[in-house]
Amino acid sequence: MVDLADLTTIEQPNWCPGCGNFPIWHALKSAIIELGIDPFNVTIFSGIGCSSKMPHWINTYGFHTIHGRPLPVATGARLANTDLTVVAVGGDGDGYGIGIGHFIHAMRRNLNITYLVTNNQVYGLTTGQTSPTSDRGFSSKSTPTGVIEVPINPIALAIASNATYISRGFSKELNHLTQLIVDGIRHEGFALIDVLQPCVTFNRKNTYKWFSERIYKLEDTNHDITSKQAAFQKSLEWNNHIPIGIFYEETRPTYENELPQIAETPLAKQEIQDIDITSVMAEFF
Amino acid sequence: MEQEGISWKIGGEAGYGIMTTGYIFAKTCSRAGLHVFGHTEYPSLIRGGHNTYQVTAMVSEVFSHVKHVDLLVALNEETIDLHIEELALRGGIIHDEDNTVLSNEKKNRDDIRLYSIPLRQLAEESGGRRIMTNSVAIGASAALVGLNFEMLSNVIGDVYHGKAKEVVEGNIKAAQRGYSYMRKQGMGKEFGPRIPKTLRKRRMLLTGNHAVGLGAIKAGCKFYSAYPMTPASSILHFMASQERRFNLVVKHAEDEIASINMAIGASFAGVRAMTATSGGGFSLMSEGLGLAAMTETPLVIVVSQRPGPSTGLPTRTEQGDLRFVLNASQGDFPRFVIAPGDVVDCFYRTIEAFNLSEKYQCPAILLLDKYLSESHKTTEQFEVSKIVIDRGLMIDDETLEEDKEFKRYKITATGISPRTIPSQKKGRFTATGNEHDETGYVSEDKAIRTKMMNKRYRKFRHARKEIPEPTLLGPKNAEVTMIGWGSTKGPIREAMRLLKREGIDANLLQIVYLSPFPKNSVARILETAERVVVIENNKTAQLARLIMEETGIEVKEKMLKYDGRQFFPIDICRYVKEASRIG
Ligand SMILES: Cc1ncc(C[n+]2csc(CCOP(=O)(O)OP(=O)(O)O)c2C)c(N)n1
Ligand code: SF4
Repeated sequence: MVDLADLTTIEQPNWCPGCGNFPIWHALKSAIIELGIDPFNVTIFSGIGCSSKMPHWINTYGFHTIHGRPLPVATGARLANTDLTVVAVGGDGDGYGIGIGHFIHAMRRNLNITYLVTNNQVYGLTTGQTSPTSDRGFSSKSTPTGVIEVPINPIALAIASNATYISRGFSKELNHLTQLIVDGIRHEGFALIDVLQPCVTFNRKNTYKWFSERIYKLEDTNHDITSKQAAFQKSLEWNNHIPIGIFYEETRPTYENELPQIAETPLAKQEIQDIDITSVMAEFF
Repeated sequence: MEQEGISWKIGGEAGYGIMTTGYIFAKTCSRAGLHVFGHTEYPSLIRGGHNTYQVTAMVSEVFSHVKHVDLLVALNEETIDLHIEELALRGGIIHDEDNTVLSNEKKNRDDIRLYSIPLRQLAEESGGRRIMTNSVAIGASAALVGLNFEMLSNVIGDVYHGKAKEVVEGNIKAAQRGYSYMRKQGMGKEFGPRIPKTLRKRRMLLTGNHAVGLGAIKAGCKFYSAYPMTPASSILHFMASQERRFNLVVKHAEDEIASINMAIGASFAGVRAMTATSGGGFSLMSEGLGLAAMTETPLVIVVSQRPGPSTGLPTRTEQGDLRFVLNASQGDFPRFVIAPGDVVDCFYRTIEAFNLSEKYQCPAILLLDKYLSESHKTTEQFEVSKIVIDRGLMIDDETLEEDKEFKRYKITATGISPRTIPSQKKGRFTATGNEHDETGYVSEDKAIRTKMMNKRYRKFRHARKEIPEPTLLGPKNAEVTMIGWGSTKGPIREAMRLLKREGIDANLLQIVYLSPFPKNSVARILETAERVVVIENNKTAQLARLIMEETGIEVKEKMLKYDGRQFFPIDICRYVKEASRIG
């Protein structure tokens, strides 16, 4: 059994006081505890950004990679050892900006990875520039006259990219978010959890208050999570009403389950000391 | 004729199986007991354009392609126009009068033998499509040079193994037609170069990329991720073909950034992992290379060069990326850069790259080029009994139990820290591309930064000691010492043979380890050498500049080529000779 002490690290987070990353951090730890997974069998991958520092502050294995690349690194690790619980964490700049290609491919690939995007609609660590999810018109140091582009809609993109678990959480809804992470980790396949994460320092528009006034829970409605059409309809809601909860879930064979070469033994546990290559060499004669 | 054997070339339009045909001829010569070098040249397009495959098959070992051709198989007229000047005295051309109109001037040349064969008609008669004219032509070639038909037909069967029965049988039949036609017409009795019948020795025939793939599999590489890019793609194809047999996971990733990062993830999780690309893909991998270095995650990267900058000449050869791989990615960090010179090297150095990379927890780059990656060469079966798999300082759970506090980046005398992999109970840590302390926490402390830099570099002080010293190939005392790296080894070795015939003693200093650079031994050799020439397939003498940087010795004489083609041995020989005379 795992308890909070077991997940606690010597170092403590250095996010700004009130940062929306704190509840996500708590929720992730609570989810691991609730699932009862041994922390040494969990690996958390992250990119670069404020939220990407998270693996340092949860006592599992961790890999704080480079900007936009947590998913490929997580993919390699997952394929190398299917006994591991693999979680990836990163900002919206990390996942929907520089890393968006990997994001789309990871969804169609459907490896058993749970991906938390801490979506604060700005680039926090680089002092608040516009991000791919910043609302149109949002002004920042990089777009002083307002963003001209329309934002990425990660939920709609995930539906189109055939992700098998798609949900959205909100930093202030801690228990709800914990449950989404538990569901995401339990889900056999790629799970996207887009988290509305207020950045108290740089995003003066999409604040706790702004979200609190708008969010509602999908589970309180009669939303059908097995319907792509319904999920897509819901994904288009923003501004006045913002749904959180599970948009869509389906069962599809995972990528790793299609690989007979690791069906019995994960790569990391295969013996490599004495591999016999005589039969391949024979083919070159 | 330089030595006993034959230089054979087939040329024709791209898209008509020239490479397979050439490979079949090469393999048949190999089965006949000859040493073979098979060299293919093709443009970057799938249909149209001119393709060639040249087979140099000799009784004694052959190290490269050669400039002269004894027998040219011209599947179109362009082949004759482009290659007629390469023909050796009394060399032959096999062609089809149907599609090659020869001027009287060419017809009347008494230094050339023309074998006009109705290739297409014979192919059609054997029920084949146009593409089978190639097989008719190899049948005819085999008859002309005295290759056994059964051997040829077995090779065709093996090479087309898995294809539809009509394809296999059609090609054999077509080859039979060509063979019998040549025999029946009594053609070619006067044709000189013949393959001796008495050789029995069989060897493997494979490319540098195959040898790298074999080496990786033997080394226990279980994860391979890559994005297709000539001339590295055939490693991906080979690894993918072996996926099920050896329980590997081979991932064609979405791009090179993903490829390298996936390999890093797999290695972090405890699996030997490799990726391969060419310069363009390696540009995209630079940031990942630094991540592997900073997190001290072992990783093997194959970079097979082609001429740049940018897309350059995608299917041609060059050695223009040495400085790039030595310096790629921001910051200072140790990396192994190893340049195999031939297929044997490709096999053993790949295994070494895995061992070094895990032992020193540093990235290791294997630097090849198109010429080495894609040329076929015969070699003895690899000796695998002495191969050691050294996984370095991976600590087990028992040792971890005894450890009070595990530190993944512990500062040690060798610079090498103990390594754990996820799932080890007491070995938890977080790797990071940020500078970090011994535990792995991000740190910007100036003392820690300095210590960590020193720790990472300290590993190389130790690595240097186990890196094999460069050796001189050929006579110890020579009039001229040629220096090279990578694939030029083949042509230079052939050139040494030619020079010897001219009474010039030459040797070769082949530098395989470019990082860490074996500066002491290189300096020693250079200081005592009589005359030194650096030979490189690039514009700016990248090795010569590295030698200067590492040893302070300037190699003044440089033979450089950067037209996207490999050196010919005869040109190296002439250069050395002529410059001798001038000097
Ligand atoms: C290749 C590269 N480009 C740029 C940067 C600089 N950079 C660091 S974090 C970041 C964006 C952070 O935004 P986000 O991913 O949304 O995370 P947040 O800080 O908001 O949590 C950028 C651009 C970098 N580290 N690497
Ligand atoms: S800048 Fe924003 S995202 Fe970053 S730590 Fe501060 S509040 Fe959080």
